[in-house]
Amino acid sequence: MTLQIPTPHEITEPAIAGTSDTMVLNMGPHHPSTHGVLRLVLELDGEVVVNVAPDIGFLHTGIEKTMESKTYQKAVVLTDRMDYLAPLSNNLAYALAVEKLLDVEIPERAQVIRVLLVELQRISSHLVWLGTHALDLAAMSVFLYAFREREQILDIFELVSGARLMTSYIRIGGLAYELPAEFLPTVDAFLQIMPARIDEYEALLTGNPLWLERTVGVGVIDGASAVALGLTGANLRATGVPYDVRKAMPYSGYESYDFEIPVGKAGDTYDRYRVRMAEMRQSVKIARQAWERLSQMGPGDYQTRDRKVAPPPKSEITQSMESLIHHFKLWTEGFKPPRGDAYVSIESPRGILGCYVVSDGGPKPWRVHFRAPSFINLQGLAQMAKGRLVADLVALTASLDPVLGEVDR
Amino acid sequence: MDHQSLLARITAQLPDALIESAEFRGDLSLVVRPERYLELARWLRDEPDLGYTFLENLCGVDYLGRDPRFEVVVHLVSMQHLHRVCLKLRLPEAEPHAPSLTALFPTANYQEREAYDLLGISFDGHPSLRRILLPDDWVGHPQRKDHPLVEEEIAFSFNQERIYAHKPFANE
Repeated sequence: MTLQIPTPHEITEPAIAGTSDTMVLNMGPHHPSTHGVLRLVLELDGEVVVNVAPDIGFLHTGIEKTMESKTYQKAVVLTDRMDYLAPLSNNLAYALAVEKLLDVEIPERAQVIRVLLVELQRISSHLVWLGTHALDLAAMSVFLYAFREREQILDIFELVSGARLMTSYIRIGGLAYELPAEFLPTVDAFLQIMPARIDEYEALLTGNPLWLERTVGVGVIDGASAVALGLTGANLRATGVPYDVRKAMPYSGYESYDFEIPVGKAGDTYDRYRVRMAEMRQSVKIARQAWERLSQMGPGDYQTRDRKVAPPPKSEITQSMESLIHHFKLWTEGFKPPRGDAYVSIESPRGILGCYVVSDGGPKPWRVHFRAPSFINLQGLAQMAKGRLVADLVALTASLDPVLGEVDR
Repeated sequence: MDHQSLLARITAQLPDALIESAEFRGDLSLVVRPERYLELARWLRDEPDLGYTFLENLCGVDYLGRDPRFEVVVHLVSMQHLHRVCLKLRLPEAEPHAPSLTALFPTANYQEREAYDLLGISFDGHPSLRRILLPDDWVGHPQRKDHPLVEEEIAFSFNQERIYAHKPFANE
């Protein structure tokens, strides 16, 4: 079986030349169900999708190019702007890659906080997916419920970083600041209510005949094709391939947490829904474990003590000449990782988010490349949509969960 | 699967495939001879006890000032052994082109188009090598190191004529 990844030209050119009997229709770039600035070029035979090609690049802002002109630490803020529904995951991928280059140890406490925040981020990102996916399929009330809980998570992010969306809280060498005192009780309150709230969403959708009608058997893809097309995240696991970077190549201490990888069987839209719902429950479980560790640990370091990477505390600067020099060097020039390259991948809410950083020994990265999961997941769209109705394409696009900021970077 | 045993398997199977190999921060990277690149990738994918079936990442890097100037970096993952290997292909400054992996790994399609679009590296055998992120009529490859980092000037009625004179569609 050959897997086709068509370009928009392959569809539009025969139509312009007048050699095809099918109709060409543009869906997007301004269409509510394409979840951002995505243009889908559809080739239709009546209401049946013969072929579909995504046309992307409308949000290309040259993030990878811009990062080359910033110091390593300053480039963190740009990573927030890629996958704007999961900025902390982006921060983490970039920070881990640069830390690998620097070969620096991150304190246990900072790693636990990272895991806790990234799992909350996964829940909040999945809540946006759930709300908009249901909204696209005309289940309007789910959106309101999902955003109610997302609001609580954003409040937690605001508490720790001062920003609701563009947090830039995970930095190279650890975290940006110490956690506030209210952090642990607020997270505890959220983790206590969340399992019941997930039951609430499931009560609205999982057995709902209208929902089943629109999702079961829609956009089926098998495991081998999904791997070949590079689908990752819930899109891959819904086909029954249990590949999750958190288990396969653990980072930030994920090997020490107790959790499972939810997998589906059929690889259809309904399985992708089930997998993401189960992932939210697992995230709550991981976040709870991290919360317990954090409350047992008490106060401690939130960033590395390596003064070549993280600035010394203010109290030290007034005491030690060396600390003052380190502080000055870090704020004027930044640190210089050794020559070489490093690649790190993490399991972001959308799939495998990889970060490849090349250093020439200077204070600015020579090259940064992101393996953006949404970008690569879009390749599976044509394979899934062929022969289905236009209405199914709406369900499908939502179930792939692309974030266009990350697709175009 | 550890790095040394994989390296030993590769040198036994394709003795002349590698130019050099390096281990840095616990990752194995192999610099591959371009004419052996496809053969090596196919063997890594198809050999049942290796199973590097998943192409995780493919990107280009511009090492301006070095000869050869460009590099294509590929990360292959074996889901069976939970092991990742990095293949690197060095390409000259003049007309950099590499064999396309799309026939072996369909997922390389978009990633090779991105490398073509932003860095100007061509991939032989790619089914539809077109720009993907930038518009079709764009001139140049902005991710290259000798491409300046500048803003596009916004066209208003007072400066529209001057800006449009430099656009690719000016002569149409």
